[in-house]
Amino acid sequence: MRLRQRRRARRLAAWAIPIAIFVVVAVVGPILVPYDPVTVRLGERLRPPGAVLADGTRAWLGTDQVGKDLVAQVLQGARISLLVGVATVVAAGAIGMAAGVPAGYFGGALDSFLMRFADLQLAFPSLLLAILIAAVLGRSVTNVIITLSVTRWVTFARVTRATTLATREREFVMAARATGANTNRIMGRHIVPLTITPLIVVATVELGLVILAEASLSFLGLGTPPDHPSWGLVIANGRNYLSTAWWISTIPGIALSLVILSVGLFGDQLNDFLNPKTVSK
Amino acid sequence: MGSYLVKRLAYSLFVIWGAVTIVFVVVRMIPGDPAQLMVGAEGTRADVEALRHRFGLDQPLPVQYVRYLGQAAQLNFGDSLRLEVPAAEAVSQRLPATALLAATAMVFGVGVSMPLGILAAMHRQSIIDRAVSVVSLLGQSVPNFWLGIMFILIFARGLRWFPSAGTGGVDHLVLPAATLALLLIGVLTRLVRSGLLDVLDEEYVRSAYAKGLTLRRVISRHALPNMLIPVVTVVGLQLGSLLAGAVIVETVFGWAGVGRLLVDAISNRDYPIVQVAILFITTGFILVNLLVDLSYAYLDPRIRYR
Repeated sequence: MRLRQRRRARRLAAWAIPIAIFVVVAVVGPILVPYDPVTVRLGERLRPPGAVLADGTRAWLGTDQVGKDLVAQVLQGARISLLVGVATVVAAGAIGMAAGVPAGYFGGALDSFLMRFADLQLAFPSLLLAILIAAVLGRSVTNVIITLSVTRWVTFARVTRATTLATREREFVMAARATGANTNRIMGRHIVPLTITPLIVVATVELGLVILAEASLSFLGLGTPPDHPSWGLVIANGRNYLSTAWWISTIPGIALSLVILSVGLFGDQLNDFLNPKTVSK
Repeated sequence: MGSYLVKRLAYSLFVIWGAVTIVFVVVRMIPGDPAQLMVGAEGTRADVEALRHRFGLDQPLPVQYVRYLGQAAQLNFGDSLRLEVPAAEAVSQRLPATALLAATAMVFGVGVSMPLGILAAMHRQSIIDRAVSVVSLLGQSVPNFWLGIMFILIFARGLRWFPSAGTGGVDHLVLPAATLALLLIGVLTRLVRSGLLDVLDEEYVRSAYAKGLTLRRVISRHALPNMLIPVVTVVGLQLGSLLAGAVIVETVFGWAGVGRLLVDAISNRDYPIVQVAILFITTGFILVNLLVDLSYAYLDPRIRYR
């Protein structure tokens, strides 16, 4: 039994390797190959991948329409994706928990108000709402995080509420109530810890969705500003040079797809690991 | 059925009202004065004031809101600040293009995922099953705006099979619809496969086998009809992301639909168009989900609404 448990944990860890690589690249990459938002090298524009530049260096992934090295942009883009993804999931998770635990615990008017509001928001296609809010806030990394947190908190709130509903009638909660623990203590010490596990699964799935949403917003020109080369932005920049420089749009898209794919795969494995009964056939 | 219908309709109206309100609030928070923007740099202060008055932008917010609700009920959202035509009209003109794109994508999506999902379920754990699950995973991971660009690169620039952009005949429709469909294929294939596998464990399927029916007949007559409900539900729910995805795909392919109008209107701060475009898309989504709910009773005679 223990052996099987350990084997399952090891398999889960294997699925986390691509994500670990992504995190390392995002953190270390821009230090090794710094991205310079200012310098423009018009003599080196639209050089194909592997081209040797005038200064003797090699542009492994080519250069863009103003002569910037694509390697630096892809690395910087990884950092932006990771930053926006993690910050949004943490913020949306915190908002969701702050709404979901009281809603589930107290029920009544608070619950119906919060859940009706959540329903209202879900009636919007979430990317559409993000487009609307992002247009209002303007382009910046912080604003993208705010926009996406506002559009994604609902899922977290629903999951926490459901867990809280199931937990609040459990014996240990009643025991805590019987010993005179106050409401804040019951929620903080007894209920919140139990909502964490389901939240982690949701957070993994959401991480992929958020990274995708950030790229979409940036692609539409509603995400990160021009000096922060998010993958979506670089892909958009390359659109005008498809016939002469296919690599500008292609390469960041491959990176983006790989990251979303590995997050998705890990999310599936994590779900199977934490809920072994519902293992997909 | 009657009272359920009324309740469900009332709820849909409530949600539409909520959407109208959210859009109103968010749009008013846009920085930058649209009147100033329209007048341009050389306009005088008086020009700006005149425009603000004409569009009611000089009224206090609650007054603007009440007026806006009254007008929204009559589908009158004022004139576009740019195009000088009623915003509702400008958006309605673009609706057929978006509806055509979304519907084609849906047909593509369902047409590809059903056979793929069935195939995977019939050959469970085989190479085919693995291949199908890779396709569906890719469908969920590859960003559709990037996929669209890759399609342009390969099928329009490289092979020259289809035009790379614009609205027109069937050949213009193929690439954007295929791009949009991928979104659906990822989700739906997985669902069809797992739904079918669940149903195949049921007793009535076993009895059907016991009667001597072939696998093909068991699936088409007994298993498929019983897994339609989740499929229809998900197709309905996915319509929202399909419509939102259309905004992006239309931008990629220069398809003259509501989505592109919306993106253009946002950069022009054309409030009325932004409001109408978002409201029309959201209302369409809500109504489709209403239809989906109501279709359950038809798909599964055991469901009776009270």
